[in-house]
Amino acid sequence: MTRVITARGLARTFRARRGRSAQDVTAVAGVDIDVSAGELVGFLGPNGAGKTTTLRMLTTLLAPTAGTATVAGHDLRTDPQGVRRNIGYIGQSGGAGPDCAVRDELELQARLYGLPAAEAAARTGELLDAFDLGDAGTRTVQTLSGGQRRRLDIAMGLVHRPPLLFLDEPSTGLDPQSRANLWEHIRRLHAEHGTTLFLTTHYLDEADALCDRILVIDRGRIVAAGTPDELKRRVSGDLVVVGADSPDVVAGLAADLPGDEPAVDGSTVRFRTPDGAGVLPALLRGMDAVGVAPLSVEVRRPSLDDVFLTLTGRTLREAEADPAETAAEPALGGAR
Amino acid sequence: MTTWLIFRRSLRQSLRNPAWVLIGVFQPLVYLALFGPLLIPVVESTPGFPPGDAWQVFVPALVVQQVVFGTLFVGFGLIAELRAGVIDRMRVTPVSRTALLLGRALKDVVVLVLQSVLLVLIALPFGLRAPLGGVLLALALVAVAGLAMSCASYALALRLKSEEALGPVFNTFGLPLLLLSGVLLPLSVAPGWLFGLSRANPFAHIVEAERALFRGDLADPAVLLGAGATAVLLVLCVTWGIRTFHRESA
Repeated sequence: MTRVITARGLARTFRARRGRSAQDVTAVAGVDIDVSAGELVGFLGPNGAGKTTTLRMLTTLLAPTAGTATVAGHDLRTDPQGVRRNIGYIGQSGGAGPDCAVRDELELQARLYGLPAAEAAARTGELLDAFDLGDAGTRTVQTLSGGQRRRLDIAMGLVHRPPLLFLDEPSTGLDPQSRANLWEHIRRLHAEHGTTLFLTTHYLDEADALCDRILVIDRGRIVAAGTPDELKRRVSGDLVVVGADSPDVVAGLAADLPGDEPAVDGSTVRFRTPDGAGVLPALLRGMDAVGVAPLSVEVRRPSLDDVFLTLTGRTLREAEADPAETAAEPALGGAR
Repeated sequence: MTTWLIFRRSLRQSLRNPAWVLIGVFQPLVYLALFGPLLIPVVESTPGFPPGDAWQVFVPALVVQQVVFGTLFVGFGLIAELRAGVIDRMRVTPVSRTALLLGRALKDVVVLVLQSVLLVLIALPFGLRAPLGGVLLALALVAVAGLAMSCASYALALRLKSEEALGPVFNTFGLPLLLLSGVLLPLSVAPGWLFGLSRANPFAHIVEAERALFRGDLADPAVLLGAGATAVLLVLCVTWGIRTFHRESA
């Protein structure tokens, strides 16, 4: 597998002024990132964890204060132009001028990437169709709906057919329907064109639904990495809930399985085990052998929220509510 | 080439809202109509006024005022674009950072020249009489000074990144810059210390050059001095702008 992102110890410190004294605030404390060609990787963490800062460094928008990275085959520090030619970037606020025509913005972006005029026009038509914006070409950007606007943003990041695409919080502010539609476009982009995608999100369900692999970032550090399933399994295991007339018998059988000690509550037995679906046949066979019929069986997979809680000691919602952290990432990425 | 692309985009944006071009001329027009007539008796009875009638003294100054109080404010537009992600989206492309700056600044120059032409035309019925050649040269000088101011404004906007920070800076420096350039009343009537202070202000020299050009007095040394001040301003501001665009984009 070809590596498309290799980052080592990438860090960024901002100088924050508090009254007269200036102090350094660490937004990203040194992260290692490896992404292979064709992956769909999610960068998950609360607001202010350092996701956007990391993304801005990887896309040449912000100089790292320490560390090295190779992105799309080019060194971030010595060859930023090489990086820029081979990546697409879709920022949190998009990037199309509100009072500009949709077609003009797409065509201009293609020209800025060096496409000749005729090719830029052809590519624009192609993208307008692909992202269901065919009728919107002559409208100004500010007249688009939230979902259309987001699709335009993504089309603008794709004008030069980059093999690697960065998306910063792609579905923030979208209604559920537009969100589902956006996910479809992202999945198709990944499946049909083999584009490597690296996206940040603070939505657990988005990371879970969309990504092959997740990096969890908290307070400027990567605290875990793996597939959504791996992360969930590794952290807390599945919760198996079995209802039966003789719960004590079931509990006795479950105690022999890998995982925690079972707990009996009325007629239900609960226990956590690394692979709930995997142990279920053995348990049911055992129950059948002693003549105990199950009344109900349920395997509850842990959510990524459980994962975040176990890794950081806080739920994602608590982390978001902590104002001290969001201050570490100044608006507009203002670097001194 | 990319400068042209950015210029065309910026110009289209301005053409979409042509009202802003007119709003930019409104303030100098108010000065022209409500302050200009007061100058007519003052010019006649005050010793030390530069040669020429009230309109030849006042209109070229209003044109320079547009440079300071019109072009200097273009930075606010850049902050809006920063916030909308437009600048980032352009900076992730391999396009030259210089083109991102100059494309925008050249559009501002076009708007400034349009506004100045409009101002001169409206001043004609008030009684302005000026030779065409001199006025054209005066407009060329204004265009160059406008390019410099536009670059300075963008550089400052990119450093400060917020309207709240930019506004006070402009007001703090804009007003003394304007008063020390002799726009309202010529500095030739100023006391010695004030006149001395104004010599350090490039806009004082630009205003004096503009006045000489509106009189058609091309041989006046003020023309050369004003052109020199404009050239220095241009080199300093464009260099600052380009360096800022390069640095802030890392």
